[in-house]
Parts: sequence; C-alpha cells; structure tokens
Amino acid sequence: MLAIVAIVLMVSLGSSSAQAATSDPTPAATASATAACATDAATGCLQGTIKLPSGDPAVGIKLAIKGGNLDTTISTGADGKWSQAITVAGPYTITVDTTSIPDGAVLDSAAKNPATVTGALNKNTGFVFKIVGGTTAADGTTTQTPDTDTGTGITFDRFAQQFASGIRLGLLLALAAVGLSLIFGTTGLSNFAHGEQVTLGGLLAYLFANVLGLNLILAAIISVVICAATGYFQDALIWKPLRRRGIGTTQLMIVTIGLSIALQYTYQYFLGASTVRIDQANPVTVDLGPVTLSQQSLISMGIAVIVIALVGWVLVRTRIGRATRAVSDNPALAAASGIDVDRIIRLVWTSATALAGLSGVLLGLVLNGVNWQTGLQLLLLMFAAITLGGLGTAFGALAGAMIIGLVVELTNLVLPGDFKYATALVILILVLLVRPQGIFGRRERIG
Amino acid sequence: MDQLLQTLFAILNSAISPQTAALAIAAIGLNIHFGYTGLLNFGQAGFMLIGAYGFAISIIAGLPIIVAIIIALVAALLFALILGIPTLKLRGDYLAIVTLSAAEIVRMIGRSSLLTNFTGGSNGITGNEYRGPFTDLSFFGNGQLDLGPFKYDLTGSNGWWFIATAWVIVGLLCLFVWAIMRSPWGRVLRGIREDEDAVRALGKNVYSYKMQALILGGVIGAIAGIVFILPSSLQPDSMGRSETYFIFTALLLGGAATVFGPVLGAIVFFAIRLFVQGIAGQFIPSSIMNGQQTEQFAWIVIGVMLMLVVIFRPQGILGNKKELSFDVK
Repeated sequence: MLAIVAIVLMVSLGSSSAQAATSDPTPAATASATAACATDAATGCLQGTIKLPSGDPAVGIKLAIKGGNLDTTISTGADGKWSQAITVAGPYTITVDTTSIPDGAVLDSAAKNPATVTGALNKNTGFVFKIVGGTTAADGTTTQTPDTDTGTGITFDRFAQQFASGIRLGLLLALAAVGLSLIFGTTGLSNFAHGEQVTLGGLLAYLFANVLGLNLILAAIISVVICAATGYFQDALIWKPLRRRGIGTTQLMIVTIGLSIALQYTYQYFLGASTVRIDQANPVTVDLGPVTLSQQSLISMGIAVIVIALVGWVLVRTRIGRATRAVSDNPALAAASGIDVDRIIRLVWTSATALAGLSGVLLGLVLNGVNWQTGLQLLLLMFAAITLGGLGTAFGALAGAMIIGLVVELTNLVLPGDFKYATALVILILVLLVRPQGIFGRRERIG
Repeated sequence: MDQLLQTLFAILNSAISPQTAALAIAAIGLNIHFGYTGLLNFGQAGFMLIGAYGFAISIIAGLPIIVAIIIALVAALLFALILGIPTLKLRGDYLAIVTLSAAEIVRMIGRSSLLTNFTGGSNGITGNEYRGPFTDLSFFGNGQLDLGPFKYDLTGSNGWWFIATAWVIVGLLCLFVWAIMRSPWGRVLRGIREDEDAVRALGKNVYSYKMQALILGGVIGAIAGIVFILPSSLQPDSMGRSETYFIFTALLLGGAATVFGPVLGAIVFFAIRLFVQGIAGQFIPSSIMNGQQTEQFAWIVIGVMLMLVVIFRPQGILGNKKELSFDVK
C-alpha cells in the first residue's frame, strides 16, 4: 500500500516541484509575510489580513502606522497580509489609504478609519479592516453595495446559498462515509486511515491530470481504479492476514491509526505542506435563482448522486448487495448460509476505497485543492456522519452525511467560519445523548 | 562519527527534556484510561489543552500559581464529566468518537478568532506571558550547569528547573499509579477491563468506576498540558489529534497497563524519531532525501512502527501479555 503510493508519487516528484514554483506563488508569499515579524521579549507585532469582497486577498492596500517611535507606511502582500514589528508597547494609529483600495470596493462604513490599536511586546496584535463592495464618488463619498452574501445577517439568499453548499458537502461526504460505514459493518473496524484514502484520490487526480497532463476525466477514472486497487491489496496483504490471526478490532483500529500517520507523512514527504489544485482554470459559475455554484460543483454533485444511487441499488437489489448486508448483520450466520465472507469483505474494501478516492477527486475539483491533511479534516465529519446515521448502516451513513454537510455549511450563517466543524461535532454528541443508536441504528447494537 | 555523536547527544537531550516528560505524563493518564480500565479515550490531547488553557489564562488574569493549577485540574474534571455522562454506558467505540470530537471542539474553540483576547486565537499564547510565576518559584539560582552533554541554564526557560520539576512530577505520578493499581480500587478497574459484566455481577457500580478512571486520567492529562507549555508556548494546534496518536504510540510502545511503560515509551518514541532522522540525514544523500524529508521519513517510520508493535507485540516493551486483554468492549 505504502509502496504503491510511494512509487506513484515518486514519478511526480521532479515535475511537481517545478510546477509548484511557477503555478502557485501564494504559499511562498505567505511564508515571507509571516516571517517578516517574529515576536520576542523586545518586539511585538501588529498584523492583519485584508480581503476583497470576493474573498480573494487584497493586494497592495497601503496602511499608515503611527505611534510609539514609529511613523511608517506599509502595504499588504500578495496574500493580503500585513504586519509591522514594534519595539514600544502602547497605542498605535493605523490609517488605511482609501485610494489604494481597488475600484468596486470600499472600506466598510462600520469600520473605524483611522483605527487605534494597543500594541504589546512579545505578542501578536491583530486588527481587521473589512472591505465591502461599493463605489467611490469623485468627491470622496462612498456608496456601499447592500450585503448579499458576504454580510453577517441571515437573508433568504444567503440561506439558500449555504444550503446548496451544504448539500454539496453532504453528497461528497456521503460518498466517502458509505465506504467507512460498510467496512465498519462487515468487519467491525473503525478505519482511521479512511481519510487518507480520500486524500489519495485527490492527489492521484492531480498527478495524472496536471503533472502527466492527461484528460481530466481519464485522470479521474485512473485515480479511482488505483484507489480501488489500494483497497484490494490492503485487505489482501494487511487486513485478511490480521483477521486470520484473530487480532481484535481495537487492536486493528490502532493499526489503522499507525497507517494513517504513515500515509499522512508519506504525502508530506512528496508534496510538503503545499496545496495542489487539480483544475487551475477559473471556474465557470452557474446561477440558479439565488444560488451560485460553479459548473464543476454541479457536475460533481451529479456524479455523486448517480454513484450513491448505484451503491444503494446494488445493496438492495443484487445478490452481492444482499450478501454484503447479511455479512454486515451477522458474519457467522452469513458464513453458515453459504456466503463467502472473505470475498464480500474484499469487495467491500475495494469499493470503499474506490468511493473514497472518487470523493477525493471531486473534493479536489470543488474545493480549492487538496493537501496532505484534506482527508484528516474530513475523517471526523465522516465518523460523525456514520455515528449519527447509525454505526454500520449504509443508508444511515447517507442521511448522516447530508445532515452533517448541511450543519457545517449553515453554521456559517450565524457563527464565524472557525466554528463550522465544531457545531457538527457538538450535534453529534447531543444526538448520542438522546438517541445513541443514531437515526437508523438498532437498539441492540449499542450496549 | 561526529554526526553520530551529535545524534546521540540530541537523543540524550531529548530523553530528559520537559517535552518528553509531558508526553510521559499524558501517557500515564491515558494508561489509567486505556491500559487499566480499557476506556478508549482518543481525546487525551484535549485534556492537555484544557489544562494548558486553564493554567495560562488564570496566570495572565493575575491569579496565584496554585489557584491557576487548581483551575486547570477542575476544568479537566468537568470536561471528563461532560464526556463521560453520555458515553460511558455505551459501547467503547462511542467513547472513542466522542472524545476525539470533543478534543477537536476544544481546539477549534481555542483557536477561533472570537476568543483572541483570552486564548490568543490560532497564534496561541507565548510562554513569557504565563511562565513568570513558575520561574519565580525556582530555588536553583542563576547561572548555567553543564553535566556532560547536558548544558542548560539553571532557571531560564527549558533549563534545569523545568527539567527537574517535570521529572519529579513523572516520578510522583508513577508512584501514585503503582499504589492505586494494587489497591482494591485498582483491581476493580482491571476487572472492568477484563470482564465488565463479571464486575457488575459482584455488585460494583461499573459506570461510576469508569467515570472515576476517566476523571483521574484526564486530570493527569491536564497536568501534562501544563508541563508541556511551561518551557515553550501554548499553541492549540500542537495539541491536536496527532498529539493524541503520539501519546497512544508512546503508551503502546512502552507497554500499556504497566507503571513504567508510559515513561519508557515516551523516551523511546522521541529517541527513535531522532535516531532515524539522524541516520537518514547522514547516510542518505540529500539529492534523494533532503533535510525536511528526513523528518517526515522519521514520522513514517513511527507510523509503521505503531502498526508493527500493535500486531506483533501488543504488550509493548515492558508489558505482560496475560495482563493485557486488548479488546475493549
């Protein structure tokens, strides 16, 4: 498993490092901007990030900083960040040069300009200037465009937009979570390395589409096939022998943690901390009433719906699906009634990793890119989804994933973005308090 | 040869560093959960973070150091109660998922920009803001003490004062664990790990014992958090999920359900990493593996090692195979 990853990524090593340097200058700029000011006993930092209404960094905004022994003008870097080292604690006045704000945007009228910040030594003091859409008249008066989707109020349009994003996240999450749930159902194993399978899908798609220059669809298909192969060989080489040895599920769970650590650092080994974007063209957006989604998002959602429906159909209507559910219900009884349990588990591993890989490819297209910890961040949401739906039930995983996706995105309406994953997890804990078996789980499974 | 010696010195220095002691303390706490009681706590780093925040914020608010420590420990106690009440009656993997999630929630709230005034947001809190009262307690005096490869200030940050306190705490906790685990109370815990129903049939309140174990291990986790941040700084992201995994690795490496296992495991954990990194840095040309990559390579080795230890020697270095029934119910 590791070897496959290593070989595949090895191929990309030379070309990807060259490409990273040319195609994505942002990480380097980030590094230099943050390195510009480091705190120690005699130095403090004033800093902040300015963003345009579109969410892109605002480059080259001039700020005059006055106070202490300082009277200087600095401007934001390519990542929208500014920072200024100070050697005297006390109040500083920061004035934004409004003429340096690009056309079509103005400083938020609610923001103070100039603003007074109390700087301290040995500390980073942050201050945020908010820029919103609007126009500046010749006499200097500004007209602010009414908030549509960047404000903090809850409007129907914002709700609709977040709702759509929630459905999108839910669908992609469901793709990955169904596999995790099937593995849990058939083998009793909580696979902590499942997130890394998602990352693998995204990274392979990047490798084939960008580094090797294949057609995107072909690249996606190859990536999913390779991911499926990793599942097949993982079961053949690691999990089946371990089941034969009679190693308990808790022990196996910790083995998956080891695998997850090893895979994460393998990705970092080849990629470093950088985020790779699979499709680097500017996304074409489609307006559907109040909702704006990129074309890629819509296609990804479509693919996810089709694949999920297919998985559901297979599980309910085909012999192999019924056998899978039988193993999931009671492996011993399934074996006694003539089902080849090992074959079913092999199939579950193969399809689970394929689905996770597909989810990774789609996430890589929909989000801004994939990095080594994309899967790590998703793993908890996947666990939340399958616990919410009922551990080990495939359809529960679907429902749970949709709920988690919606909760994560709708949280943005009322709380800052930092909290969006936290609310999903809080809801998980609350549901366990009331209905520990989850939505579709059965009572006897929990005790 | 020179470089080998350097690697050796680095390993020796890491073996006595307060960071290693902190990992050992966290593993001692986890040992009470996982090793003795069989509770799958995947949020030990969350307990550390709670302790660290409780301590640092109280000190910055101007409270005396002893009150700050008490606040940190009480915070961990409450956190254990909140986690335990909904999950301890359920199957083991529910506790795992809830503790994992709760630890992440603590980290996300801690690094959120809303609380920057208290927690410092994602930048965290620098050591100088809360270290003062602890440094003032030192009776080691000023100056520097060199003992062979160990050259540290007596009192300065990361100096002998920090090292000595950290390891004294480790020693006391080992003694404490040894004492309680041979008491009747400790035997009940081990009974719960082996067969919960049998213990219940003997008329013990299993839920209450599990809760006590969860609280005790969690409070020890909070102590680990304080020891962890004292010589360095408080950064929420340094006590995330990976930290929990490393605590597990250290515990399993040394041997779960043993008194010295967690301590030995913590030392070996850092030693192996530095050893692999040092050897890889020296013998593999940098065209194949650069400096950054040797570090990541060392982590890959750690991950693979965790897999191998759990498969082939689940009792760890010191453990007794009969003592440890791995399967948590």
